[in-house]
Amino acid sequence: MPINADYAGREYPPAGPFTVTREEIVAFADAVGATGAAHRDQSAAQALGYADVVAPTTFAVRLAQQCEAQLVGDPEAGIDFARVVHGEETFVHHRPIVAGDVLKGVLHVDRMREAGGNGMVSTRVELADDEGRPVTTVRSTIVVRGEG
Amino acid sequence: MSAPAADSAALVRTVTVDRARLVAYADASGDQNPIHQDADVARSVGLPDIIAHGMWTMGAALDVVTAYVGGDPGRVLSCQTRFTGMVVVPEGETVEVRVEGTVTKRDEDADTETIAITATCGEDKVLGRCQAVVRV
Repeated sequence: MPINADYAGREYPPAGPFTVTREEIVAFADAVGATGAAHRDQSAAQALGYADVVAPTTFAVRLAQQCEAQLVGDPEAGIDFARVVHGEETFVHHRPIVAGDVLKGVLHVDRMREAGGNGMVSTRVELADDEGRPVTTVRSTIVVRGEG
Repeated sequence: MSAPAADSAALVRTVTVDRARLVAYADASGDQNPIHQDADVARSVGLPDIIAHGMWTMGAALDVVTAYVGGDPGRVLSCQTRFTGMVVVPEGETVEVRVEGTVTKRDEDADTETIAITATCGEDKVLGRCQAVVRV
């Protein structure tokens, strides 16, 4: 089934709130092999000026993908998850994510089109804190591989 | 407060991945796509075997940038990549990804540097146009 190009331009209501825990940050840091003490040790994070342990630079993907699930998990969007490979990813950090943050994410479908038998889906998630201040902009392009 | 000096030795590293690490990453990231955990599913959609999450590779590679700026993620202002190759992770094997960063631009006014990253697995370049902008 081809992707549904009509979804291009959609903006979703805010997803979340997501409460970021120390355990999540530590597990993510361990999984990607992040080496910094500030990902795991509160006093090391405080020495850098943060209230609590600070997330690795790609941690926001954990929250962004929960926002993207509104699109990817929608049968009408035509995205076959098992045929999805990741094309591109960009993070713009307005500030780092620390344990204790309560964040919401607004999903935007920036582009959705067929190209060379594959579906190309570009999304943007704007993560913001509980007072609406921007935290991270996550841009992602996924490729839904064609059957051919 | 002056920032710690950037450490260019931190920009070269070999990272390793096996299937247990992919399960850990799936749990930590929430990305439970079966192509990263189930070889039958991966093959059924035309992949050679289980492949690492592209975001695992990006996360592992980008840590050299955080290390370069004194282990402070707050000095990594942005980062981006294209996923140009697959890291295939066969049963029972530990696969190496070679990561190398180079400072390609220095903006004295903004006090930032741009770091280009290469990540290769065997002969394959697995990340393309991978770069980060850091506050020096």
